[in-house]
Amino acid sequence: MGDPLMKFTPTLWESHRQPFLQKAFTPGSCQDILVVVTPFTRQGTEMINKDGHTQHISQQFNAELEEVRSHLLAMGGLVEKQVNDAVNALIDADSGLAQQVRDVDDEINQMERNIDEECARILARRQPAASDLRLIISISKSVIDLERIGDEATKIARRAIQLCEEGESPRGYVEVRHIGNQVRKMVQESLDAFARFDADLALSVAQYDKTVDREYKTALRELVTYMMEDPRSISRVLNVIWALRSLERIGDHARNIAELVIYLVRGTDVKHIGLRRMKEEVEGTRGGDEPAL
Amino acid sequence: MQHETPSHGIDMAALGRTERQALDLSREKVALDVPGLNLFYGSKQALYDVKMMIPKQRVTAFIGPSGCGKSTLLRTFNRMNDLVDGCRVDGEILLDGKNIYDKNVEVAELRRRVGMVFQKPNPFPKSIYENVVYGLRIQGVNQKRVLDETVEWALKSAALWDEVKDRLHDSALGLSGGQQQRLVIARTVAVQPEVLLLDEPCSALDPISTLKVEELIFELKSKYTIVIVTHNMQQAARVSDYTAFMYLGKLIEYGDTDRLFTNPEKKQTEDYITGRYG
Repeated sequence: MGDPLMKFTPTLWESHRQPFLQKAFTPGSCQDILVVVTPFTRQGTEMINKDGHTQHISQQFNAELEEVRSHLLAMGGLVEKQVNDAVNALIDADSGLAQQVRDVDDEINQMERNIDEECARILARRQPAASDLRLIISISKSVIDLERIGDEATKIARRAIQLCEEGESPRGYVEVRHIGNQVRKMVQESLDAFARFDADLALSVAQYDKTVDREYKTALRELVTYMMEDPRSISRVLNVIWALRSLERIGDHARNIAELVIYLVRGTDVKHIGLRRMKEEVEGTRGGDEPAL
Repeated sequence: MQHETPSHGIDMAALGRTERQALDLSREKVALDVPGLNLFYGSKQALYDVKMMIPKQRVTAFIGPSGCGKSTLLRTFNRMNDLVDGCRVDGEILLDGKNIYDKNVEVAELRRRVGMVFQKPNPFPKSIYENVVYGLRIQGVNQKRVLDETVEWALKSAALWDEVKDRLHDSALGLSGGQQQRLVIARTVAVQPEVLLLDEPCSALDPISTLKVEELIFELKSKYTIVIVTHNMQQAARVSDYTAFMYLGKLIEYGDTDRLFTNPEKKQTEDYITGRYG
């Protein structure tokens, strides 16, 4: 099958070379979110950028960090494609594509193990500090989320196969397509934020998760109402609901990755502190160095 | 009726305390205060307006590339620079609120209060016992009981007692490098200093001896204020509570070690601790 990493690296690299903000949210995708356009508001933030780890005195260390990072992005690219394929398989009732998604999942699992191993090796041999340390920590944590996203894509694929076998659901495809698109964008943008060390883009991904959650709830309510009206459709509609549920979880994982990007760039842990304080952290408007609670 | 939540033998109170109390320099007691210090070797300036405070009963590490002035700064704390020709100190260093560069300060007494250990172990060519009591003998203490007691606790606090208790009267030069370094530390603590200055104490030691000295530093911290200069950044990260990064004679960044090694504020610090081109 060849090296799975090689297939995705070039396209990813192309996308990362695009200038700042050119690839940011397209208009209309996030009407209710503030897109922050002030990249560096806090002193010291300029010390970390995507070329930062090419300036070590040890060329070998440079190469190792670059490698593990590009492996993560390659894995991200593959996971992104998996989500895309799984959603398409479900909507088009394409059981062949769904089966392919399930097969590729093994590759993703293997990539997770490889990246884990690389991270452990770098920690043991290089004792990275400061931004290098944060890079390794965020990579080794993101990889978990990426793998889970892969698992959720597989679940969607399984639902797609089931729908092919049992007959399609009378409702819910519009919602799957809609939420699927949003979630795919979140995954893609969280990876872009990782590639460019862009905390502002990461923040907008985290904020966007709220919208996805809301749409998921709305879709659920509608489908439940439909099932009450037509109980014979329950098992088929349930398949769609499970798929929606997986999509919503993918959004959560993308948000986790976005939070790790903020940790990587800003050095503060923004987990479980709410979107308002997260925004303050990213924009550097939180005064002083009070410890986050 | 009262319901008790089963705790499964877990200390629930400890769980709530998982977050480490962040160290804060402004809340520490002051051991040494440097309000602003310039130092010159002849016409060459070696320290530029260093302002810092060494907290009491904490370990403070100085890191920085060679020639950045960290050893020079350390030496000013017990006036070791007095011995260097052409060295001029401009500014004050306050120990307990008194300037140690005052004219009426007795340097010998200052060096008793602020002890120093150097890079290479330098035991005197005498017995282990005589090495430890050397400082006391100079002070005129001669009672055998006092000396014996001092030798025991000083060697114990330097984690050397068990290894040498049967050969206290053998020559100190027969000890291994790591043992010699701990003997020198015992000699320094025997006169009960307030501050312990360590100038690269482990650079000539093997990893195991290094770990023993580091463990010793951790234990001594409860009694003494420790300032350590090291080239080994991992060592600074392991042993110190606060870290100061110096570069070209200036104090660049000074603060909580955890913060400095995970998220430094200055780019120069970041470049140095991650091994980038400065």
